[in-house]
Amino acid sequence: MEYLSLFIKSIFVDNMIFAYFLGMCSYLAVSKNVKTANGLGIAVVLVLAITVPVNYLLNRFILQPGALSWLGPKFAAVDLSFLSYILFIAVIAAMVQIVEMIVEKYLPSLYSSLGIFLPLIAVNCAILGGSLFMQQREFGNILEAIVYALGSGIGWYLAIVTLAAIREKMAYSNVPAGLRGIGITFITVGLMGIAFMAFMGIAL
Amino acid sequence: MGKLRETILNPLFKNNPVTVLVLGICSSLAVTVEMKGALVMALSVTVVTGLSSLILSLIRKTIPNRVRIIVQLVVVALLVILVDQILRSFEATYAIDKQLSVYMGLIITNCIVMGRIEAFALGNKPLPALLDGLANGLGYGLILLTVAFFRELLGSGTLFGIPVLKAVGYPGNGLVILPPMALIILGCIIWIQRSIDKDLQE
Repeated sequence: MEYLSLFIKSIFVDNMIFAYFLGMCSYLAVSKNVKTANGLGIAVVLVLAITVPVNYLLNRFILQPGALSWLGPKFAAVDLSFLSYILFIAVIAAMVQIVEMIVEKYLPSLYSSLGIFLPLIAVNCAILGGSLFMQQREFGNILEAIVYALGSGIGWYLAIVTLAAIREKMAYSNVPAGLRGIGITFITVGLMGIAFMAFMGIAL
Repeated sequence: MGKLRETILNPLFKNNPVTVLVLGICSSLAVTVEMKGALVMALSVTVVTGLSSLILSLIRKTIPNRVRIIVQLVVVALLVILVDQILRSFEATYAIDKQLSVYMGLIITNCIVMGRIEAFALGNKPLPALLDGLANGLGYGLILLTVAFFRELLGSGTLFGIPVLKAVGYPGNGLVILPPMALIILGCIIWIQRSIDKDLQE
């Protein structure tokens, strides 16, 4: 039950886009049509679901204060948390590379539809942000980290596909010249964010 | 000399990384609730973009093309760790660093940093690369502070924590503090900029 609540919460209440603005750059750049948005969304879910649990184990057994105590009592006082940024980003870059190779080998159709997005995901804030939030929230076990990663990935996916659908329709509307393109997109995302706030009151 | 001047002035207005190139949006929206946080963030990003551009421009001829993204990430991550640790070590900035939370670490994946390295530093000499990095950081900071100015003034009626509108009985507007308003304010800034500079319109 508590996993379900964490899942729903990370999709709607703590939505990566509308509550934390993570992965905004690619979110705005790749949401011009639904098809490419779909590809990027799937790639984000995939990579988040792999990197967050891996980084969770890394954080639990290497980085956090006292994490090295499994090596012996001498190591109990070691605190390596200042290394988290560099280790997390290294894991993400490596994982993205591995995922890319596996997808290319076994799912060539998905690979061609993801195209350039998969390698670019290494520098997507949503991925690193997922790991950093995981570290900050101090999840009790790895299952929580997996559920959180899946939930926030799906939330991101949902957000980019809806925005892409709205932008496709907006091509037919008469927007003031100065607002055309990126300006109106910002305002649309803002309004979507206000709509998403309706989920905030949900207590699960 | 004229070229260097352009390198510095272009990113501030005409080619602003946030409003024109639409890079580095994540953090520019998240840390703009207060001027203080925005100022610290702007300075940190400026330092990181400047120094990372300089370092990568110095070693640009020795990096193999295939692994350049990883090399860039490592250099940027090291600089961010340095800035983060420095901020944590002073009492005055420790609280702000805590408040910036994950967004400090997210400077690593801030598109401005990577974008400037890819687009400029890898193909230019160290001095222009340094200036370009710093100027882009400042252009980012300019937008950050503008958004934060309106959000703090209209949201809580204060500036840098000092009551301004609050002193004359303004009750504060909770909506402006919430995340979506940052997007709408930034949208309006873009609207104003594009109405003045017609070349930027799509």
